[in-house]
Amino acid sequence: MEVSTELILEALWETLYMVSISLLFGGILGMVLGIILVVTRKGHILENRWIFSLLNPIVNILRSIPFIILLVAIIPFTRLIVGTSIGTTAAIVPLVLHIGPYISRLVENSLLEVDEGIVEAAQSMGATPLQIIGKFLLPEAFPSLVLSITTATIGLIGATAMAGAIGGGGLGDVAISYGYQRFSTITIFVTVVILVVVVQGVQSVGNVLERKIRRA
Amino acid sequence: MIEFRHVSKVFESKEGTIEALKDIQLTVKKGDIFGVIGYSGAGKSTLIRTVNLLEYPTSGDILVNGRKLTELTRRELRLAQKNIGMIFQHFNLLNSKSVFDNVAMPLVLSKKKKKEMEERVYEILRFVGLEEKAHHYPNELSGGQKQRLGIARALVTNPTILLCDEATSALDPQTTTSILNLLKRINEEFNITILLITHEMEVIKEVCNRVAVMEEGRVIEIGSVFDIFAQPKTDTARNFVKSVVRDDIPASVKSLLKQNMKERKILKIDFLGVSSGQPLVSRTAKNFNVDINILFATITELQGNPYGHFIVELVGKENELERAIQFLYAQDVIVQEVMEDGSKYRTYTRSLVGNTLHG
Repeated sequence: MEVSTELILEALWETLYMVSISLLFGGILGMVLGIILVVTRKGHILENRWIFSLLNPIVNILRSIPFIILLVAIIPFTRLIVGTSIGTTAAIVPLVLHIGPYISRLVENSLLEVDEGIVEAAQSMGATPLQIIGKFLLPEAFPSLVLSITTATIGLIGATAMAGAIGGGGLGDVAISYGYQRFSTITIFVTVVILVVVVQGVQSVGNVLERKIRRA
Repeated sequence: MIEFRHVSKVFESKEGTIEALKDIQLTVKKGDIFGVIGYSGAGKSTLIRTVNLLEYPTSGDILVNGRKLTELTRRELRLAQKNIGMIFQHFNLLNSKSVFDNVAMPLVLSKKKKKEMEERVYEILRFVGLEEKAHHYPNELSGGQKQRLGIARALVTNPTILLCDEATSALDPQTTTSILNLLKRINEEFNITILLITHEMEVIKEVCNRVAVMEEGRVIEIGSVFDIFAQPKTDTARNFVKSVVRDDIPASVKSLLKQNMKERKILKIDFLGVSSGQPLVSRTAKNFNVDINILFATITELQGNPYGHFIVELVGKENELERAIQFLYAQDVIVQEVMEDGSKYRTYTRSLVGNTLHG
């Protein structure tokens, strides 16, 4: 059985849906975690050994679990959050838990790249910790954050391919269940080409945005 | 204005403890441009950071305008910090924000009204000469312009104190001069007290009225800039003075000393102020039957007063030479005879620098 255009389009839509929603929530989660990982470390504006040494290993553990395991392992949790453990929406919960910690490390790196002198200048002006984060650290790290989010988005597109395991659908699922399992080379070819185009597009948009912001 | 009372700071690390500040006693008076000089690692960077509590002292008190900042609540401390401007060696500007937004930042933090903010930002940009650059970004500015921007940002909240952390160390000599002149104007026009740290004696010479020399966490010498230049007591201070005022014996003079020194004497004369120095040489030549050759001379300006070193050769009969030298000793100058080995001076009398010159 050959794959219809409608099926491909539907799968593309499912992929975009999973990627964008989990990017939104994963981005928020990652941003918050990343900021906390930076400001609570030794010598920083809200140094807190307990929070840092609790959060740091949690992020590491979540990042070391293979996504396909995570997908299955947290099924009860997923059911609790979205009411179901199968389907596209159900895939979003593990995707968020997968990409959030990843983004937090990227955010952490971006924020640590900001010159310490900037924080010192902010403190000398009598800025509150929230002002230091919101008006100094994040704006200064913004171009680098855009690139981080771009990287995360591409990672997320790769992860959605595995969402098929819990009936999440998407292009990756089509490639496996129609292309690989039913020996349809053309299906594999078409889906992979679409994925390549999407990834290229995301990376280009990210690069352009970053350059535009940095030049401003 | 700023008073350090037995301030110490200890950094603990895995490699051991470092005493960055040891029992610092220092008073910066209102209207001073106070310079702290020292080699890297002397603790001056830590010292300046204890004033606005970027660094907390381990013990001792720092009084800023009579208040101990360490005893304030967080909120009170932030208010007090807005009264202390600070500029940095590497400027620490926000590259993501325009010149205008950089200067406006301290006002944004205080949630000032937009119109009020705009007026103030342009006023201060005009003062530092960056008005036309308001909509440029820091990476489009030269080093000197970046520091002007740093100064504008530090002054926008009308502080009474300005801290300068090696503010000219990343700049070329010409730009340094223009920034130092700007600091002088700030001190005079706004009556802002300035505390600066530097490793360049040139900076102290150009702008400061008082100076402290730091070494290994201690203040080893403190006094008016005149005093330190005229009579440095420690080797470190002497080395710093030497970096600006060349007063070592030149090779040509040394070789001269190897010749026949009969009826000749070589003297080194140090003087401060316009009234001494040059007129003295011509008066001595007129009043006594001696010839005076100036072998070597340097004149530096210390806060508008010439500060000079002459090495002169007096030629004449023995008794005339003696009378001329006695006359010189009686003046408001420091006279030393340059000895044959060329490395040491013999000091007869120390007729010290006149009190009038100390101001």
